Amino acid sequence: MASPIEQFKIERLIPLKLGSVDISYTNSALWMTIAVVVVTLFLVLGTRQRALVPGRWQSMAEMSYEFVANLLQEQAGNAGRVFFPFVFTLFMFILAGNLLGLIPYAFTFTSHIVVTFGMAIVVFIGVTVIGFIKHGVHFLSFFVPKGVPAAMLILIIPIEILSYLTRPVSLAIRLFANMMAGHTMLKVFSGFVVALGVLGGWMPLAVNVALTGFEVLVAFLQAYVFAILTCIYLNDALHMEH
Amino acid sequence: MADERKPTSLEDLDARVTAARAAHKQQSGDGNTVPGGKPPMTGFGLAMRIGTELVAAVAVGVGMGYVLDLWLGTKPWLMVAFFFLGSAAGMLNVYRATSYLGRRDGSDGS
Repeated sequence: MASPIEQFKIERLIPLKLGSVDISYTNSALWMTIAVVVVTLFLVLGTRQRALVPGRWQSMAEMSYEFVANLLQEQAGNAGRVFFPFVFTLFMFILAGNLLGLIPYAFTFTSHIVVTFGMAIVVFIGVTVIGFIKHGVHFLSFFVPKGVPAAMLILIIPIEILSYLTRPVSLAIRLFANMMAGHTMLKVFSGFVVALGVLGGWMPLAVNVALTGFEVLVAFLQAYVFAILTCIYLNDALHMEH
Repeated sequence: MADERKPTSLEDLDARVTAARAAHKQQSGDGNTVPGGKPPMTGFGLAMRIGTELVAAVAVGVGMGYVLDLWLGTKPWLMVAFFFLGSAAGMLNVYRATSYLGRRDGSDGS
């Protein structure tokens, strides 16, 4: 029987080398490409007709746009609207990756911490740079909470800096852990279906059906959480308040 | 028949969209709460968020202490110190995450 974690194995589809760096086109890269193509087709073809009264498809495309636009407006205010393309791209890419991963035999690229940490570190560095551009050196006062006695600052400032450095790590771990745990669980229960056979296999099969529904929820939820935390961090950098 | 009715219903829709947009702008202007975009945050999502927040902070603290130890040659001491700082940062993160959600729930009434 296949191991439950075999689904996360990276396979080189087109081996490539740039000097000593391995830049092979892997199954992970293939599914990222598919995700980008699917999102592009979904949005471009969906809004092609530009009907004043949208059909089902256009309505879905507009809903996803408005969902992220509202989210950004709510969390970061009007100053955050410049970053809408970035947040929307992140949200749609993660959502497409999570949902495409639920198709049998598909590869879930969001279940790899390299991918999620890559996205998280881009958000983290971007937000920090925006903070420094917006506020200059004054941005460093982000680490000095107001109304704290001077004697406490020697302890508080390292804690605040650590808390800030935690952001990309928790952002990456959350998405990766959720996707990996969910997909491993699905595989474990489908292993039970085979092991228990025709007589007892119905129970784990029922659990798997419920889990698949739950995984769809998690796919949406985690894309949403990633997007909302990006918005919250943007808001911190733009408006500098805790 | 459908052709006759179409322009009027579209004009009507246009007027309604304009009115709704004005109301929306007014609402989001004075308060920070915008209806729509309601977060589908479940208890499970919240629990996952708090858990990772705590673990990640401790991990970052220990990792940073370890790297600094290797660099400065002060073996276990900075790692021990940063373990406690990381734990404190984790608690701070959890406190921020929960107080933020509590405040939102209070103002939104959900």
